[in-house]
Amino acid sequence: MDLEETKLPGVGLRHDFTTARGRRIGVISTRGGERELLVYSQDDPDACHAVVDLDGDEAEVLAELLGQPRVIERLARLREQIEGLATEGIYLEDGSPYVGRTLADAAVRSRTGASVVALVRGGEVIPSPAPSQEFRSGDKIVVVGTQEGVRATADLLHNG
Amino acid sequence: MHTAALLIELGAVIFGLGLVGRLAGRLGISPVPLYLLAGLAFGAGGLVPLNAPDEFLEASSEIGVVMLLLLLGLEYSAGDLLGNLKRQAPVGVLDLLLNGLPGAAFGLLLGFGPVGALAMFGITAVSSSGIVAKVLADLGRLGNRETPSILGILVLEDLGMAVYLPILTAVLAASGVWEATGSVLIALACLAVALVVALRWGGVVSRFVSAGSSEVTLLRVLGLALLVAGVAEQLHVSAAVGAFLLGISLSNDLEEETHHRLEPLRDLFAAVFFVSFGLSTDPGSLPPVLLPALALVVVGVATKLVTGWFAAKRAGIALPGRVRAGAALIPRGEFSIVIAGLATAGGVDARLAALAAAYVLAMAVLGPVLARFADPWARAYVRRRRERAVTAR
Repeated sequence: MDLEETKLPGVGLRHDFTTARGRRIGVISTRGGERELLVYSQDDPDACHAVVDLDGDEAEVLAELLGQPRVIERLARLREQIEGLATEGIYLEDGSPYVGRTLADAAVRSRTGASVVALVRGGEVIPSPAPSQEFRSGDKIVVVGTQEGVRATADLLHNG
Repeated sequence: MHTAALLIELGAVIFGLGLVGRLAGRLGISPVPLYLLAGLAFGAGGLVPLNAPDEFLEASSEIGVVMLLLLLGLEYSAGDLLGNLKRQAPVGVLDLLLNGLPGAAFGLLLGFGPVGALAMFGITAVSSSGIVAKVLADLGRLGNRETPSILGILVLEDLGMAVYLPILTAVLAASGVWEATGSVLIALACLAVALVVALRWGGVVSRFVSAGSSEVTLLRVLGLALLVAGVAEQLHVSAAVGAFLLGISLSNDLEEETHHRLEPLRDLFAAVFFVSFGLSTDPGSLPPVLLPALALVVVGVATKLVTGWFAAKRAGIALPGRVRAGAALIPRGEFSIVIAGLATAGGVDARLAALAAAYVLAMAVLGPVLARFADPWARAYVRRRRERAVTAR
């Protein structure tokens, strides 16, 4: 995929690319923070078939909708690519001893060999959390490792 | 009593502009031609001669020109200017010559003299970046692939004006050939120094005006703009160009919020500028110049279409996009009036102001309409092509 960047003097930046199925789409980022979603016409490749104006919040919502499943998709693909690699999203329940404690406190990697690659909290993804990242009840903790490592992590997070 | 009369007249003028601006919004056209019409109607020899407070209007319209150019400069960073100059220089030169030379020729034919011809060159050459940018946004064409070429031309025209305006100011101010040459050289030297400062030390200038609160920043930017414009005028570089260069040097670092705060000020003072240009033009002088203006309009539409075609073709755009680019460039507006204002103040033939007013009135209204028509035309063209391809098979 070739992402093209074009400067629009006095307006902002335009990014666009052609999808595998041949549709050209793009986004204009204005200097004021607004976004324009562009869908190019199939008959006249230089013109837009549809233009949607988005303010900052709307653009963020759209980005989340498009972006979040991608993280999960990528993990699924990763699992297929590397044999023997397991990923799992482990929900942290109320009774867990790690609610309110940090990633460093759990010492997941040194105790199980598996790695915490992301946290999903209230629909928001926190990729590569820092050791100081605190866990909350209801967090989904995305773990990558061997079958046993992932199972041991689930056990650790549930029972301490 | 004097204060009361002043306030009432000013209030009437500004309120009237508000009404006119609303009408322009309803009709979906730029308010510039309507401001001009309002000025013509209420000025000397107009329908209802208004005894406008001259000094205030004069000062406000000077500030209007400074604000117009300051905000224009703020739109573009020095990088934008140089980048476009590198990529699109041939298009920029073609644009200015193709659109300016017919105007200059008309100026000579009508007997405005060489200085008048120089002014006519500028009046016909420069598209209105304000109107063009608004038309592109309104028609949802900012994402179109010909749009960078259009915006690039606007940038280059504005840069061209930064060279042209000092030359015009110097020529207008000088009395003999030698003095004129001297002033032009001084003006260009000042311009070069200012450009280098803007490009190299823009950050320093920005730090100079940035302050904690946006209110203080606003006052500092405004004050500095007027100071720089005044000094530039003193050096015969033209106040407008001083403000433009200041805008460029501030554009990188000044926050978007300051920009937004300056816009209403620009709108107010620029509106007063357009009205007072209209006020100072006698509507009785319009009919004799209508025929030449009409001829200029026809030529001006054709030459911009060619420019847009050429620019878009260079960027690898197909035929419909080339026509859209040409049609979008047609509107002339604020710059043409700024130039005509300078020329009239410098003692060029009074018919020039009337001609410029008629020309801008026509172009500012006709331009956006033609730009709009380019879309259905392009769709019809694409459909015809496809049908022909089908029947050929």
